[in-house]
Amino acid sequence: MKYTVNEQGYYGDFGGAYIPEMLYPNVEELRQQYQQIIGDAGFKSEFDQLLKDYVGRPSPLYLAKRLSEKYGANIFLKREDLNHTGSHKINNAIGQILLAQRLGKKRIIAETGAGQHGVATATVCALMGIECVVYMGEIDMERQAPNVARMKMLGATVVPATSGSKTLKDATNEAMRDWIGNPVDTHYIIGSVVGPYPYPEMVAQFQSIISLETKKQLLEQTGKELPEYVLACVGGGSNAMGMFYHFLEDEQVKLIAVEAAGKGVDSGHSAATSVLGREGILHGSRTILMQTDDGQVVEPYSISAGLDYPGIGPQHAHLHKRQRAQYVNITDDESLQAGLLLSQLEGIIPAIESAHAFAYLEKMKFEKSDNVVICLSGRGDKDLSTYIKHFGF
Amino acid sequence: MGGQIAMHHELPAMNHQLSTKHMNRLNQLFEKKKNNLLSVYFTAGYPELNTTVDIAEALEKAGVDFLEIGFPYSDPVADGPTIQHSSQTALDNGMNLNLLFEQLADLRKRVSIPVLLMGYVNPMVQYGVERFCAKATEVGVDGVIVPDLPMYEYETLYKDCFAKHQLSNIFLVTPQTAEARIRKIDDLSNSFIYLLSSASVTGNSLQVSDVTETYFQRIKDLHLKNPTVIGFGIADQATFQKATAYANGAIVGSAFVKILGTSGYMEKIPEFIKSIKG
Ligand SMILES: Cc1ncc(COP(=O)(O)O)c(C=O)c1O
Repeated sequence: MKYTVNEQGYYGDFGGAYIPEMLYPNVEELRQQYQQIIGDAGFKSEFDQLLKDYVGRPSPLYLAKRLSEKYGANIFLKREDLNHTGSHKINNAIGQILLAQRLGKKRIIAETGAGQHGVATATVCALMGIECVVYMGEIDMERQAPNVARMKMLGATVVPATSGSKTLKDATNEAMRDWIGNPVDTHYIIGSVVGPYPYPEMVAQFQSIISLETKKQLLEQTGKELPEYVLACVGGGSNAMGMFYHFLEDEQVKLIAVEAAGKGVDSGHSAATSVLGREGILHGSRTILMQTDDGQVVEPYSISAGLDYPGIGPQHAHLHKRQRAQYVNITDDESLQAGLLLSQLEGIIPAIESAHAFAYLEKMKFEKSDNVVICLSGRGDKDLSTYIKHFGF
Repeated sequence: MGGQIAMHHELPAMNHQLSTKHMNRLNQLFEKKKNNLLSVYFTAGYPELNTTVDIAEALEKAGVDFLEIGFPYSDPVADGPTIQHSSQTALDNGMNLNLLFEQLADLRKRVSIPVLLMGYVNPMVQYGVERFCAKATEVGVDGVIVPDLPMYEYETLYKDCFAKHQLSNIFLVTPQTAEARIRKIDDLSNSFIYLLSSASVTGNSLQVSDVTETYFQRIKDLHLKNPTVIGFGIADQATFQKATAYANGAIVGSAFVKILGTSGYMEKIPEFIKSIKG
């Protein structure tokens, strides 16, 4: 239990709920009620049913033969890209919409970077007939245009965030401002393991289905439930937390979290938080964030909108500090190459976010018998225009 | 590491001791004057980098009772567009806490009314909370308003530091704050309580509606130990009068920052304050 949260919402030194008083009643309501609600048998059965029949879970664990051959290990892909709406984000969105209903909320807000969380949220709102407003950075609206259209088609209102870097951090600020102004009827579905406690814990629990299934599937396919390595990309860190969750106490399993180096860690255009960041407070939690000496948040950069965030979730900050997981980074170019490789070796076009995790395989040394699980957090449909531009197809 | 306050591995046990009241300028003011107190907020470094104390002095001359000087932050989630803009401009101008404390070095040669610093927790933590408190007291600051510093962390990590330096920490209360929590805030406060006019970020005009009046009346009927001051959305004489009918004073923020965004702002200060006070 070394890596779990304490009663005050801290993972070691990280976490807490650094929120203005205006948000206190909302967050306190969640804190007091969420464990009980999600522990309830009725909630569980509805959640499981939807994950099965609507999302299509369990997602396959696929032994990628040609990729395995190339790298000299048994490489398994956890296929979150095959989920309805195309990424892991739907797991959390389903959980939180069921929670919001039980809290009697009539309106949903969300922030989104790549648009995958926005689409997942718009989807569950359509499913439940609840009003949905999604905040998205103006720059992200351009580079992830197909997802903007999808959200609108699903009936959501997409509001551009025009402040700051006009990306995920600013969309999060705008969503928080909306919540301040609508404290009673609105639930804020945060899309990653960030934000004030209990969000990081709640989102991790909803995403933990990824590693729960993986253990079972590994046991069936290999006779062993523990792999040697587990890899996932980290924006805020929700697919990684879900992928790590049930392996945290199995210390022999090496956990590798892949951040976006952008144009290079030292280029001034990067989102490699664990290297470039220091301890501080962002979006309601004490964590590691990219900031100036004066404590101003630095605008991050990554080609991948979903990784373009100046912080990581507080539990990741804890895993980093305790060295339970290794935090590494991959550049824009390396990730695009890895995306191309996966497409041509396995017939799977990954989201550029996920491609970051695949790119790290190039830098690892394996024993032939090693079992390696990579979280394929999303599919690449939304990124086609970026791939096309880069490779000139 | 920029953070001067150690990240305690185990947070210390909650300190339940109530606040001791120190006689700083704020408390002297509230002893002396019980009604129609006017406070004004502005962002240090906006619209120009080096006019912080000039603006403070002009506000005192114009008849303002106490001041809130904002130290800017890149991601001010509790603020609307006006203060987002003034904060970003101030940062672009080069404002930071080191410079602000330098500017405030001769504050007390020119300004005698109480002064609070207002800003977000991360710049304060990076500066070092102990160092921040020491420096604030040294230049003659009387209190601090940090909207995203929660009560639990204040009590467990920072309260002793504030007390040692005789700085008041100001808590916010909103229309949604439960009575038990208001009582707790009243116990922890040692100058005044900041009542938000509505559930909103800064800059939205106060709706002088029944809901608000019911809330103001409800707070008044609690007979709190600390004086109350209403802020957020106080923009003119009508809203000032409304607020001060229920509380000891009111705070003007965005409406004044807007004036600072116009040309010849220094000359407009007396007239603006007169328009509020009537
Ligand atoms: C496919 C995909 N993977 C990963 C991420 C990064 O988010 P997180 O780190 O929370 O998993 C995103 C975010 O939008 C995404 O769309």
